[in-house]
Amino acid sequence: MFLTDEEKAMRDGAEGDAVAAAMDLLIRYGYALDADRLCTIRNVAGTMTQPSPVKARLVAEGGWDKAFAVINLDSDADLTAIPQMRVPTCQLQHGFGPDSVDIVPYPKANVELQNDAESYYGRHGVNILATCTPYQVGNLPLRGEHCAWMESSAVIYANSVLGARTNCEGIASTGAASLTGKVPCWGNHLDVNRYGTHLVSVEGTRVESFQDWGMLGYFAGGISGEDRPVITGNIAQPDLTELKHFGAAAATSGGVELYHIPGITPEAPTLEAAFGPGPVAGKHVSGKHVPGKHVPEKVVYGAAERQAVYETLNEIGTSTDVDFILLGCPHASVDQIRLAASLLDGKRLASGTELWIMAPRALAVMADRSGYTSVIEKAGGRVLADSCPAMSRAAPTGTKVFATDSAKQAHYLPAILGIEAWFGTTEECVNAAITGRWNGGLN
Amino acid sequence: MGASFPQGKNRISQGGNRIPPPENRILHGRNIVPGRVEGEALVSHEPISGWGGIDPMRGVIIEPRHELFGVCFAGKILVFPSAKGSSGWSGFFQTTRLSGTAPTGMIIGRISAKSALGAVVTRVPAVTDLDADPCSVIATGDWVLLDNATVEVTKR
Repeated sequence: MFLTDEEKAMRDGAEGDAVAAAMDLLIRYGYALDADRLCTIRNVAGTMTQPSPVKARLVAEGGWDKAFAVINLDSDADLTAIPQMRVPTCQLQHGFGPDSVDIVPYPKANVELQNDAESYYGRHGVNILATCTPYQVGNLPLRGEHCAWMESSAVIYANSVLGARTNCEGIASTGAASLTGKVPCWGNHLDVNRYGTHLVSVEGTRVESFQDWGMLGYFAGGISGEDRPVITGNIAQPDLTELKHFGAAAATSGGVELYHIPGITPEAPTLEAAFGPGPVAGKHVSGKHVPGKHVPEKVVYGAAERQAVYETLNEIGTSTDVDFILLGCPHASVDQIRLAASLLDGKRLASGTELWIMAPRALAVMADRSGYTSVIEKAGGRVLADSCPAMSRAAPTGTKVFATDSAKQAHYLPAILGIEAWFGTTEECVNAAITGRWNGGLN
Repeated sequence: MGASFPQGKNRISQGGNRIPPPENRILHGRNIVPGRVEGEALVSHEPISGWGGIDPMRGVIIEPRHELFGVCFAGKILVFPSAKGSSGWSGFFQTTRLSGTAPTGMIIGRISAKSALGAVVTRVPAVTDLDADPCSVIATGDWVLLDNATVEVTKR
């Protein structure tokens, strides 16, 4: 991999041993990708503060410098000190925070470890956004901006909806990027890897609700794997929350990091533009391009496919006695909190049932200020910041069956917590919270 | 494809029926983490999730819909088509190294940023872009020698 003089100097220790360790990781990673060079970035979204047993052990052994070296730089060296972040860097979602104490069965030691981490990383210049949706709270990269983000639902949103350029980075590559402002120039950073590979046409059904955008995303991820679906047909104009749900689902059932919706997302003014100038070749080209064709055969998403996705997302549910309702995955917008508040207004949750809405703390503050939180709390629900049950492996004590309006959580949470799942609309979920019974169905 | 592979000799079972020959093969690809390791293969035909897909403290696949649900990969050479799901993939596999539950090698059909970084931080020999689909050629239980860009498969 070609290195500039500046990058070679970083590798050789001109900016200290932590930056050298960061460059060493980027060189090993660039070799693994067969990248030609690094690209310069100044927007990192990674994770440093999330508690884990391994991190707690490392902090006990050698403090936060040690934890950052081992986990975020993949280095065994005893580094002198971790310097300030070289480029703007934010913390994604992490564990539950102080607002969860006495509500969420989550170890207090983790809350304390994370508080400690926030002060350490804050001092090093990490913006503690603490959300899986940095684009909802002020980190909105521009079209064409090269970034180093992790969190699959944020990566797909940044690439597809914002037209920024990031691979689905990991803890070590974002850590290394934060100290160097560099990341391998590979994959989504290159024009040739940004064209569509699969055509999904919505026919015989209409996609316009929040739930339907999630199911379409789950379908699109299932058929395109790690490639790039292009969505056309009978779809309504989506909004931020719907594409947030769509992308999270496509990144869950497959590994989609970039999609196009012609006429809506920025790199696809037309269907033809979404598929690019025709077949492309070269060692850095990923994805299945159809030789001699700009637009591949369509895959239809119709009533039968919609039904099949719905059944897949509900196959883990057997008991209709629901004890936990989870909303806000990815983290809720203020409008989603407001919708939940309006559905809960004057109601009361069934006894033994809990309802949590996950949100970025900045938006939870807005919901408090707008009075939505107090309506939700009067009904017995909660708005919780920073985390989610999947990240923190924590749900209300004794939860056996949960319901959610998120395709991503319906997919992951049964595996993580060993519980049953129901997937439905926000209205069905709130209704289940009030009655304690799941009564959902596909309309 | 296109390379020629050593063919096993046909064997006759005691009942006289012809048993298909075990086809030992050598695959060539692109090295992603240098090194040499040999061991028993564990093959997944489905992509693997890291976060939400494995328990790194036990080295076990925990995704309920997965063909390897409940199977432990610690000490095995893990053969899989691709990584899927969360960007926590690499961090979870790094944790398997730190917890002593890591696979000893990785043979990956098609790499992504997630799996490339995952292999790097797991620090085990790893290879991709092979001249035949490793998930079809290799079966769970086969003995595999992974030597930088080459994979030698001994059928079991």
